[in-house]
Amino acid sequence: MNKIIKYVLYDIVRNKIIVAYTLFLLLLSIGLFNLGGSPDKGLLSLLNLVLLTVPLISIVFGTTHFYNSYEFMELLVSQPIRRSKIFMSEYLGVSLSLSAAFMIGVGIPVLLFAPGATGLYLVLTGIFITFIFVALAFLASVITRDKAKGIGIALLLWFYFALIYDGIVLFILYSFGDYPLEYATLVLTALNPVDLGRVMVLLNLDVSAMMGYTGALYKSIFGSLWGIGIAFVVMVLWVLVPVLASRRAFTKRDL
Amino acid sequence: MIAIENLSKTYGNLTVLKDLTVRFSGGRVVSIIGPNGSGKTTMSKCILGMVLPDSGDIKFNGESVLKQYAYRSQIGYMPQIGKYPENMKIRQVIEMIRDIRKDAAVIDEELIGLYGLQNMYDKRMGSLSGGTKQKVSAALAFMFDPQVLILDEPTAGLDPISAEILKCKILKEKKRGKLILITSHIMSEVEEVADEVMCLVDGTLKFHETISSIKQHTNEERLSRAIAKIMNEED
Repeated sequence: MNKIIKYVLYDIVRNKIIVAYTLFLLLLSIGLFNLGGSPDKGLLSLLNLVLLTVPLISIVFGTTHFYNSYEFMELLVSQPIRRSKIFMSEYLGVSLSLSAAFMIGVGIPVLLFAPGATGLYLVLTGIFITFIFVALAFLASVITRDKAKGIGIALLLWFYFALIYDGIVLFILYSFGDYPLEYATLVLTALNPVDLGRVMVLLNLDVSAMMGYTGALYKSIFGSLWGIGIAFVVMVLWVLVPVLASRRAFTKRDL
Repeated sequence: MIAIENLSKTYGNLTVLKDLTVRFSGGRVVSIIGPNGSGKTTMSKCILGMVLPDSGDIKFNGESVLKQYAYRSQIGYMPQIGKYPENMKIRQVIEMIRDIRKDAAVIDEELIGLYGLQNMYDKRMGSLSGGTKQKVSAALAFMFDPQVLILDEPTAGLDPISAEILKCKILKEKKRGKLILITSHIMSEVEEVADEVMCLVDGTLKFHETISSIKQHTNEERLSRAIAKIMNEED
């Protein structure tokens, strides 16, 4: 498998997009840390921008990469290699290179300007989000053979997780405001990896005091090691489910 | 060497292969003919595991190939239209495939030499002409000394000299006991290299016979006429 990952990585590195992405994140992080007064403020603004751009770039890059390496995969399937191996190499190649870009672009500035647990959570969340959205991108790509349709589905997924979902949650909270919704919101949060990541980082900042009862509940749950453990398990599930589903679809289709 | 048993494949509601049963043995060149869309390429891709059949089985030396992959080290495949990653150079493609098939005992670089591919090693795949891509495909198919070669319209894009080189190579490998499956529309070429002709029409086997017996029972000197005769008389 390492052999194929090597060629996938080689192909991605030659592609200048990944370098541009690293520089973009680097500029963004350094700029935000220098703009705000306290490192906490910088982290907060960074969190909001990261949760918007990282999913978008991951899902769009993942989908276009998958379609562009169609020939590469076609060449490999007639060779004595398992199909699932080809698929996993592509997946790991893309997610690892995007994660590396994130580590350099966000990880290093965070380490310099705001070292600590919150920064660590921010970097971890970003890496999880990268893996999750590349997995969703591959899922969108194996569903349809048509590149335009695939990218359309990918963008729709991004819209859903980054924007529409929050709208739905707000709607539910507003309509059922008379009922106790603490646990329901907890479940709703787990159903969207972007929100889950946001809550995990926010609770480590002092702003959670402004989140009312739900914030207190979150704090009591996510504040404990146990709660953090569950959050990570949910994140891992968010990676595994789309990866395994798309791997299965990839091994069962005609090329 | 290869046995196809009751193979069926449909794409949506289009039936491409219908209950196809056929056997091929080593040391033979088998030409697969048939009208466009009769399932020739689909059959080859099924053998390679690129297309997964709906039902039926394919056995390679007695063992089913479905869901397997290691058997492909014994198959060399030359696709109809070679698709390669555009930004890789010829050298990188060849090195990559060699890297993947590291355990191959013999490396046969005869075609690379005969086609002078070394001189073009640093050209990108995307900038190559169709014919040159075909040469790369041919060189890769023969490189690892496989027992079976599947050549999908091998000479379609090649110039006459390169086509001749390929035909010589095919006959040479046949003498070494290999099974070579060729799909082709050019009857003169079929007559030149093949021992047997297998004809597919609408995904079913029309006939599978040696060239000499076809000529004998149709009383025709030329293969193209003999085949035309068979096709017409059964309609």
